[in-house]
Amino acid sequence: MVPAAHMCFRYSLDYMITMRLSASRFFLSFIMAATLAACGSGESNVERGNREGILHVGNGTEPQGLDPHVVTGIPESNIVSALFEGLAVKNPYTLESEPGVAQSWNISEDGLTITFYLNPEARWSNGDLMTANDYVWSWQRALSPSMGNQYAYMLYPLENAEAFATGKIDDFSQVGVKAVDDHTLEVKLNAPTAYFIQLMDHQSTYAVHRPTIEKFGKATDRFTPWTHVGNLVGNGPFRLKEWQLNRRIIVEKSNTYWDKDRVQLNGIEFYPVENISSEERLFRVGQLHYTNSIPLDKIPVYRAMENSPYVNAPYLGTYYYLLNTNEPPLDDVRVRQALSLAVDREQLNNTVLHGTNIPAYGITPPGTLGYQPPKVFDYNVARARQLLTEAGYPDGAGWPGLELKYNTSESHLKIAVALQQMWKDALNIDITLANQEWKVYLDSVDQMDFQMARRGWIGDYIDPNNFLDLFLCDGGNNNTGFCDPLYDDMILRQAPRAASREQRYAIFAAAERRLMEQMPIIPIYTYTSNQLIHPSVQGRPSNLMNHVNYKYITLDSNWQAEE
Amino acid sequence: MWRFIGFRLLQSIPVLLVVITVTFFLVRLAPGGPFSSEKAVIPEVKAALEEQYRLNLPMYEQYIAYLADLAEGDLGPSFKYPGRSVNELIAAGFPVTAELGFYALLVAISIGGIAGIVASLRPNSAQDYIPMSVAMIGICVPSLLMGPILILVFGIYLEWLPVSGWGDMPGDKILPAITLGSTYAAYIARLSRAGMLEVMSQDYIRTARAKGLPEWQVVVRHGLRGGLIPVVAFLGPAFAGLLSGSFVVETIFQIPGLGRFYVQAAFNRDYTMILGATVFLATLIIVFNLLSDILAAWMNPRLRSQYGGR
Amino acid sequence: MDAPTITDIAQAEQGSSLWRDAWLRLRRNRLAVFGLAVLTFFIVIALLTPWIAPYAYAQQQLELGATPPSAAHWLGTDIFGRDMLTQIMYGGRISLAVGFIATSVALLIGITWGAIAGYFGGKVDALMMRLVDILYALPFMIFIVLLMVVFGRNMLLLFLAIGAVEWLTMARIMRSQVQSLRQQEFVEAAISLGLSPATIIRRHLVPNALGPIIVYTTLTIPSVMLLEAFLSFLGLGVQPPQTSWGLLIAYGAETMEEYPWLLLYPGLTLVLTLFSLNFLGDGLRDALDVRGAKD
Repeated sequence: MVPAAHMCFRYSLDYMITMRLSASRFFLSFIMAATLAACGSGESNVERGNREGILHVGNGTEPQGLDPHVVTGIPESNIVSALFEGLAVKNPYTLESEPGVAQSWNISEDGLTITFYLNPEARWSNGDLMTANDYVWSWQRALSPSMGNQYAYMLYPLENAEAFATGKIDDFSQVGVKAVDDHTLEVKLNAPTAYFIQLMDHQSTYAVHRPTIEKFGKATDRFTPWTHVGNLVGNGPFRLKEWQLNRRIIVEKSNTYWDKDRVQLNGIEFYPVENISSEERLFRVGQLHYTNSIPLDKIPVYRAMENSPYVNAPYLGTYYYLLNTNEPPLDDVRVRQALSLAVDREQLNNTVLHGTNIPAYGITPPGTLGYQPPKVFDYNVARARQLLTEAGYPDGAGWPGLELKYNTSESHLKIAVALQQMWKDALNIDITLANQEWKVYLDSVDQMDFQMARRGWIGDYIDPNNFLDLFLCDGGNNNTGFCDPLYDDMILRQAPRAASREQRYAIFAAAERRLMEQMPIIPIYTYTSNQLIHPSVQGRPSNLMNHVNYKYITLDSNWQAEE
Repeated sequence: MWRFIGFRLLQSIPVLLVVITVTFFLVRLAPGGPFSSEKAVIPEVKAALEEQYRLNLPMYEQYIAYLADLAEGDLGPSFKYPGRSVNELIAAGFPVTAELGFYALLVAISIGGIAGIVASLRPNSAQDYIPMSVAMIGICVPSLLMGPILILVFGIYLEWLPVSGWGDMPGDKILPAITLGSTYAAYIARLSRAGMLEVMSQDYIRTARAKGLPEWQVVVRHGLRGGLIPVVAFLGPAFAGLLSGSFVVETIFQIPGLGRFYVQAAFNRDYTMILGATVFLATLIIVFNLLSDILAAWMNPRLRSQYGGR
Repeated sequence: MDAPTITDIAQAEQGSSLWRDAWLRLRRNRLAVFGLAVLTFFIVIALLTPWIAPYAYAQQQLELGATPPSAAHWLGTDIFGRDMLTQIMYGGRISLAVGFIATSVALLIGITWGAIAGYFGGKVDALMMRLVDILYALPFMIFIVLLMVVFGRNMLLLFLAIGAVEWLTMARIMRSQVQSLRQQEFVEAAISLGLSPATIIRRHLVPNALGPIIVYTTLTIPSVMLLEAFLSFLGLGVQPPQTSWGLLIAYGAETMEEYPWLLLYPGLTLVLTLFSLNFLGDGLRDALDVRGAKD
């Protein structure tokens, strides 16, 4: 803090007596402090970072923790993916899988067995060599019910993994993963799973360091300090250096990492800036290399700039409203269809959302690994009114009312208000809005205590299956009451056994068509990632999962501002 | 004097106990549990989680267990941040809030005190009306408005000062301190003016003047000690108010303090954090009130015998 | 209705000269008059809003978006294209309603509590006031946050919660008033007439203590409105689709760079109202010559 300002704050009872003198001194030092601050206070984070090779990242919220088998959010995974590495990683340009801890892998003819050959140079950050047993132990930890790993289902493609995770069996040796030798890991699957290698880049399949964890408690203890600074042992390109709660997390380049020569950054600083307006201002004054998101109303301003740092790219996620098909009036498919057809997604996108997203007419984002969802309907007010009349509410007469639940947020509110008005104008029906905060909202959705509820689903891996298997009869995240045995059959049995990708996608398209004809959801838009990226950052291209591979990032130390 | 302190301390314990109990049960009644998440949690996982955090025990047993831990000073693990204890979170956030509160109090005492004293010297004149009207601004422009406006003017238009953070950039403590302190500056101005007016009409002031002392010495040496008693007595409630005010100011300026942690914990249903923070803050407030009362009593013996001390 | 008692007549005489004097003194205080005028103006508008608002509350024009003040929209529009003047008017209804209703709750509890404590004195008084002192020390914001989070956000709870915080000072004032009035002859007379404590409190003590009560009521309303604004700002008070000045300020603060009018006009309205209430309260205090703790 500026010395002059400190002087005025060195307050004591004596000063109180000579108040007149200290008054002028106070105001003087205040002016001095302000002037000093204005006169330029040294380098910005970006300038210094470019010089030193340190990346400054806006990271949303304070991470819940850093245990890969516990945390579930994106801010956490941003840091975890710097400290740990999976069997395979992703190329940020193509999203194709690349060698990680496993230098190569072999998929059997029938697709049921995958053999991973670990890199013999792969090490933990304390120097220990990694072995295949690390994975067997770690996956047991990840699948143990007492771990409470909410992403345990990522490993369900493994034989008997689901049985172990739900407590039906408690002998882990029956689960389809074995260490053939120190550097060979053999995995047995329930069915051919095209996206399995992708899953190896997800944190819940990461290996963790057994001696470290066991030093601080049982394997499945959730709140031990093994993830604290000085304790955490990972196997990724970076090491945990500092963790100032609610202020920043600093990681530095690891020199035990097998691929360290390809890592250009010397360190990364993650800032948990929750307020997106503050985050944008921090970016503007050069304190961040890139942000987590951007306030909607700033988008037109940034778009209008030349060489704008604003980046907008498709993101693997869908924003939709859940419809409780068990509750009247939504138990009538015509009512559901009417609601959906009356929404002018284009107008919503162009006005409230400033044209940043993509209107959605299905659950799967278009272009998901080449898959295009079928378009079963379109914006059609006349047809919507007709459907509503057929359902027994001509021009809204006799409409019993409908409540929309959503979690408290500026953007959800904006969309809800806009749609509320659209339904009023097109169908003459009243929708009430009820916002709840996050935890309460999640419970409501979980227990199906709603009529219509806002939802967002972000893909964990790139495959239409990730979206379509939401609506299986016993899908834990279905939450609509939609249940179609033929749909289940198509997703669970037919698609995995398809002879080719075309055939598989044809089955998916047919299934999705069946789904959307029943309209258990109102799709609204496909997500896009929106953020600000400083031009001195190279190697952070946009991709469908907004996935960052830190090994590819470089900072241009010669970057100069044009003004 | 010691009896007074002892008596007050003894009183505080049941108060604290009531606070803990009420908070404990209130929080448990809240809908939405700490482990609700977007992806459906399978029942086995949920059961395991609840067991680890003692949520599967009957309420009464949880309460006793919590009290037992509390007696050792252990506020329990945070639900939201596994691996962190509530003690750690409070230790990380409280110094920041304390610093903010301290600077705000300084702003309040210095600006408010001066305004009130100056105003009291010439009542019902311009010297009175102007500072007091300006002080009104502090009361009538709440921090949730003053903060954004200061940010807009000094941070964005003039670009003199940073708009968020605490200790990250030089000068980023100024705006939050002013925002939080301005309301209390106003109250202190009014209190000191009233206090000074009452004192300055006393006989011993007239005596001092008659002795030939210059006016400023009369004010400073004789007037202030009595006139500022109401201000000192106000410090207790001011402290409580500053803590509450910090919720909003920390949110506006993105300051990593206890206030923000608390609001987040409430939304996150982080039971232990809410409880721990409430206990901690209530204890602090009680202690601070006691100190402020003692100080006021020391400055004015008449108050000691008075019931309540305020 | 029984025949007018000596006390009633005495009161009537006392009353008229007290109130007339006070009113004359108040009229001379220009700031207080200004405050009264502004306040009355706002209240009238708030009451008449459904009839005089220029636009329908929910009417939005998405393509319009946020626009600065113009002939069609005197205070501009928000991001949904809704007229800001209408928003502020409807928001005022809620903010002022919370202010008056919650204050009434506080008034009711505080007066009753203080009157009972002051009237009976002794152990009853000691116990009741000790409770007040203890409650004074507690961090209420914390409890309110908790209450609102636990019980969800409904308006009734909001009124009750806020009222429950503000009654303490009222109780203190009432108690000290009652204590001093208690000694007077007309109370002795009433007791000897055999009137019940409740009747005495209701008919004789409360009306005579009205002076300070009015003053502190006027000063409590702005505190209450501020508390509501704080809660709404944190997301715990008034919920959309309803609005209040606190909510409007919270939304305005988010986009204040691009659309400063979204922050300034609701802010200005709130500040004006608070100023008016405070000036009026101060004026009333001087007019009624009330002394007491100035917090």
